[in-house]
Amino acid sequence: MNMPKTFILIPGRTSRQGTGLNEGKYSNDYLDEINTVLINPEDMQRLGLQDGDTVRMWTDYAEVQVTCKTDKGECPPGIVFISYGDKSSRLMQGETHGSGMPTSKGMDVQIEKVIAS
Amino acid sequence: MSIAEVEPQTETSLKVIPDATCTFCGCVCDDIELTVEDQQIKQAKNACVLGKAWFFNHHIEDRPQALIKGQPATYEEGIARAVEILLNAKYPVTYGLSDTTCEAQRKAVAITDWIGGNIDTTTSVCHGPSGMAFQTVGETTCSLGEIKNRADFLIFWGGNPAESHPRHFTKYSLMPKGDFLPKGRKDRTAMLVDVRKTKSAKAVDIFLQIKPRSDFELLWAMRGLAKGIDVDPRVEEKTGIPLDKLDDIVKQMKQAHYGAILFGMGLTMTRGKHINSEGLLGLARDMNQHTRWVAKPMRGHGNVTGADNVVTWSTGYPFGVNLSRGYPRFNPGEYTTSDLLARGEADAAMIIASDPMSNFSQPAREHLAKINSIVLDPKLSDTAKVATVAFTTATYGINVPGTVYRMDDIPIPLRPAFESPYWSDLKILTAIEKGIREKQLAVN
Ligand code: SF4
Repeated sequence: MNMPKTFILIPGRTSRQGTGLNEGKYSNDYLDEINTVLINPEDMQRLGLQDGDTVRMWTDYAEVQVTCKTDKGECPPGIVFISYGDKSSRLMQGETHGSGMPTSKGMDVQIEKVIAS
Repeated sequence: MSIAEVEPQTETSLKVIPDATCTFCGCVCDDIELTVEDQQIKQAKNACVLGKAWFFNHHIEDRPQALIKGQPATYEEGIARAVEILLNAKYPVTYGLSDTTCEAQRKAVAITDWIGGNIDTTTSVCHGPSGMAFQTVGETTCSLGEIKNRADFLIFWGGNPAESHPRHFTKYSLMPKGDFLPKGRKDRTAMLVDVRKTKSAKAVDIFLQIKPRSDFELLWAMRGLAKGIDVDPRVEEKTGIPLDKLDDIVKQMKQAHYGAILFGMGLTMTRGKHINSEGLLGLARDMNQHTRWVAKPMRGHGNVTGADNVVTWSTGYPFGVNLSRGYPRFNPGEYTTSDLLARGEADAAMIIASDPMSNFSQPAREHLAKINSIVLDPKLSDTAKVATVAFTTATYGINVPGTVYRMDDIPIPLRPAFESPYWSDLKILTAIEKGIREKQLAVN
């Protein structure tokens, strides 16, 4: 049994997220892109994950289910990346600490496998 | 009533629009050559992959002029309902505005002022924290033209222009030959500071991969070095960057003729937010004791910079402005939309060209779905789906003329490609303002 592990989640823009956005927020490319979390190969192994598995990812405020994929050299171990969109924003806290901006990058998240691909 | 039913397009035409303006990202490239055939853009010469996707996917969709509670309606019916909602609200909020023209933004401020509402733009969840930092530190600023012609040391901090602003490197910053940089890229030194080794890392000479949430500490250490103050070597434990490496970088920065720091939301969206931006703006300012340094935020949406400019010149503040007392009050955290929705405060919302139902926090979305809302958007969105009145609009830059501001605060005119049967944001907002004023004047 693989226990959940804590990571730092960095949502951000990608080229595919941008082109998909123009095709429409309900296009397959866009939905696929914003629903995929990229995880370092070492972390994939520690969590017992294969590309395409569904993971549960949660913060103190909300949780989402997304597909995981092995990151290709961008994220160091302990850091996971997701394209900015509906799923990444759901994990944010409403509170902005007087800034107007919810913490939307560098969020602490826990991840565990739910369904194998 | 659907637009396609009323105005069928039968004519075939082919035209070329030189110097069209792309409004997909804050680069606002105004050198695009569009080939238009039958209300479809077939070619977009000079546009990057994102720009092409923008131009090729904004054709005329067959959607109703407006939806009232999900039922098709005319513009006139939608406007009448919108006027009623806004006049009956106790705490209406106007939000969005980064993907529309300055002319429409100005009208949105006017409406909010007439009804004593709250006006905020997507800046509050973008570079809003930098806007706060400008007020405390100031801004050593420049145009992108200066960067192109002069900057021999570039620092990209907390951003990934290769994917988010694809032509920034080639048109404005890294690659172009400039008046004082005849060899272009060869005459420049470029550095990237980021947590992830993104695609932009390949384009630079120095990549500083920092530990997450350590931007402020790194910036403060660099400020110390810039001022010749001894810095604690334990900065390495926190940031992952050895002090001697940092010292070497700051020495190189001091030798530059003209340095520019271009910073992204890696700073503003991470813990620290406005103080991260303060650290960076402070570093740029401090470096001017040695040589010329400037700092500019990399702005995302096509006219988010225009939104800051218009809201600032009309209210005195850039975003998060409350007009309920008849004079403007600015307070991020209180009058910013994400907060006032999450706290359940607003009782009506007018959202222009933005989709908070898919990018706000869960509590903010839940409240927005409960209150009356008016949405203006060319495309269907999650926000339009929950709106009381959802207007279908023409797309700015593609169908609608007007003015937008590039990320360096340079105003640029739009040269639309073809006409849309749908109304512009400006036309709808003008009609809403007229309706509001008529009712207000009739009462008084
Ligand atoms: S860089 Fe931005 S403005 Fe320029 S063509 Fe690409 S998307 Fe459009």
